[in-house]
Amino acid sequence: MQIYDEMRQDDTVRSHYARFSRWLAQQRPETIARKRAEADVLFRRVGITFAVNGDLSGTERLIPFDMIPRIIPGDEWRVLEAGLRQRVQALNLFLHDIYHDGDIVLAGRVPAEQVYTNAQYRPEMQGVDVPLDVYAHIAGVDVVRAGAAGEFYVLEDNLRVPSGVSYMLENRKMMMRLFPELFVQNRVAPVAHYPDLLLETLRSIAPEGVDDPAVVVLTPGMYNSAYFEHTFLAQQMGVELVEGKDLFVDDNYVFMRTTHGPRRVDVIYRRVDDDFLDPLAFRADSALGIPGLLTSYRAGRVTLANAMGTGIADDKSIYPFVPDMIEFYLGEKPILNNVPTFQCRKPDDLAYTLAHLPELVVKEVHGAGGYGMLVGPASTQEEIETFRALLLARPEGYIAQPTLALSACPTFVEAGIAPRHIDLRPFVLSGREVSMCAGGLTRVALREGSLVVNSSQGGGTKDTWMVE
Amino acid sequence: MLSRTADHLFWMARYMERAENTARMLDINMEGALLPQTPEQEARAQRSVLKISELEDMFDARHPGSRSREDMLHFMVADARNPSSILSCLQATRENARAVRGTLTTDGWETINFTWLEFTQRLANMELQTSPDALFEWVKYRSNLCRGVMQGTALRDDAFFFMQLGAYLERADNTARILDVRFADATPNSREAARQLEDFYYWTSILSSVSALEIYRKVYRDVVTPARVVELLILNEQMPRSLLASLDGVCDTLAKLRTDASKECERFAGKLRADVLYADIRQILETGVHAWLTQFLKRVDELGLRVMHTFLMLPIA
Repeated sequence: MQIYDEMRQDDTVRSHYARFSRWLAQQRPETIARKRAEADVLFRRVGITFAVNGDLSGTERLIPFDMIPRIIPGDEWRVLEAGLRQRVQALNLFLHDIYHDGDIVLAGRVPAEQVYTNAQYRPEMQGVDVPLDVYAHIAGVDVVRAGAAGEFYVLEDNLRVPSGVSYMLENRKMMMRLFPELFVQNRVAPVAHYPDLLLETLRSIAPEGVDDPAVVVLTPGMYNSAYFEHTFLAQQMGVELVEGKDLFVDDNYVFMRTTHGPRRVDVIYRRVDDDFLDPLAFRADSALGIPGLLTSYRAGRVTLANAMGTGIADDKSIYPFVPDMIEFYLGEKPILNNVPTFQCRKPDDLAYTLAHLPELVVKEVHGAGGYGMLVGPASTQEEIETFRALLLARPEGYIAQPTLALSACPTFVEAGIAPRHIDLRPFVLSGREVSMCAGGLTRVALREGSLVVNSSQGGGTKDTWMVE
Repeated sequence: MLSRTADHLFWMARYMERAENTARMLDINMEGALLPQTPEQEARAQRSVLKISELEDMFDARHPGSRSREDMLHFMVADARNPSSILSCLQATRENARAVRGTLTTDGWETINFTWLEFTQRLANMELQTSPDALFEWVKYRSNLCRGVMQGTALRDDAFFFMQLGAYLERADNTARILDVRFADATPNSREAARQLEDFYYWTSILSSVSALEIYRKVYRDVVTPARVVELLILNEQMPRSLLASLDGVCDTLAKLRTDASKECERFAGKLRADVLYADIRQILETGVHAWLTQFLKRVDELGLRVMHTFLMLPIA
């Protein structure tokens, strides 16, 4: 497999990396080592840490930060941005459609059972109108470049509670603090206004008739792995960070408990999964939610971002239909590629998958975070056989995709600088308007040859530059 | 602001203040050990530290029969199972801060977070064993620094006032305890008690523990006597760690936090303050300092509960 190198083409440095490359060549190894140590101390002092799933000791880890930026030239970014806007727009139209008339199903473009019997479909949302008909207000679409030509592919549309944007912002801040001279030499598009865009988006989706909406960020609490991000975004937007127990519903309105008594809440940017939002409607054992929230939400007294039930649109079993959606709703050709996907619920696809396990990536349709997946080429025979048994037992629970040769970006490793595989998560905000910051979060698989970039699986992050 | 946020800020400040006062107390205890002491005096000094914090029972359960200084120091500084150890206090400070880090200024949060990280590092470096005095000095310094950073960076809104409220309440409690310990120890009228109460070094060490020795000299320009120490630490409004000054702080802050429901709480605090303000030092000494302070501590405790019920634990509307 030929791997696309972000920095070099054959032996020459790509033009958008030229200035950086010259700068890097002038740095002494001691300087770099010192800066790395400095970054570590700064991240720790600021407390930019995440808790590891399943680690009950509450240990906080730093996500490794790599100081070589991922650079995207302006012309490539513009194509990417147009593709992402197109895609998220179609996904929002899809969500509105399936929770109302279901035209796309009636037209036979998406099979009914894939939608209405999907665990991610929320019958509670059927026929409910949400402000501006927008469901996925914050989307964090995972994009990779693959193949010798480095074409963009969308890997996943994360439309539930995508995280990582705080790292995009903190990584930039860190780079500017460590190497201000780089930002003098390179014209890097700023990202620091993201919280303002987010607040504007959230205010624009307030229930009708609310002029000055009270926006809050709802977090599961400080032991959640993304807690840092929740508090960061609330602080940057200047809104309250609340937990479920801070809110209550009275007469269908949502209130927060303050030292001056109850105060109305109009928009909830919730970083809590659907299942935990309302113990009366969903999981009764959830202590994170607010009893009665669903009723208030359905009555249009409060807006949730993202809407309930967006999981149906980013489910891996729906993913193969996104290009169809774009054509169906927008009458446009998809700008970004989908990865060819084998739907194991289909006998032919299952047979192919079983025959080619060592070359494929197999994913659980409802899984996320790099858990519950098999990367064929990197797996042992034993792991492959385990997955074969899983597939045979429940084929409809899986999809398979060819293993993409993800692009690689130079990265600091033990032995110096070496290429490591990366992906990109740009964030798309949809409210009255669709808005984006140029760039996103670049994640890097730090282990040699590894294709798994998730921080829970030992991935790191890089600053992402869009340069003209 | 959110009641839960207020609660975290209130306790964050209380724990920081408690960590500082424990460090002050232990520091003085260390210095005392440098003076010629009988083994009996030495043992009593150990116990007094535990007594001030009402931790004798827990200590005895953890270290049966022990009278060693090392055990006491470890218990008061580095024992994670002792909720009042400096370690536990700094951890609680940091955890409360982390829960509301978005409400704190970046400077404020970083100062608290770094204090916790470095404290654990210092313990790992055996600083408690090699130079405990430097460790206590450092804790005091970090507490002063945190206070200064908050003073210098925080918006003067409810968040700031809840921190102040917590710190003032804790300080009123801690100063009263430091003062009470010797009085609680002494059996009235015994010759031993009389001798103890005359002990110059003892009284100067109490003053030092609340940074008040220089203040004493400035105010009285005379020898150190128990009556004046009591007067200074209870009644002197200008002495920042005195009971009256702490209560002034509590009352001023409560006025700024006033809500429709806070009148009762304010009244209770105001009455306590008035009772201290118009207390007669001779009368306190006659009726017994220990009895007076016990009463005072009970009322401070009650005040803390009222603050919680008024602001921090609101029933559903």
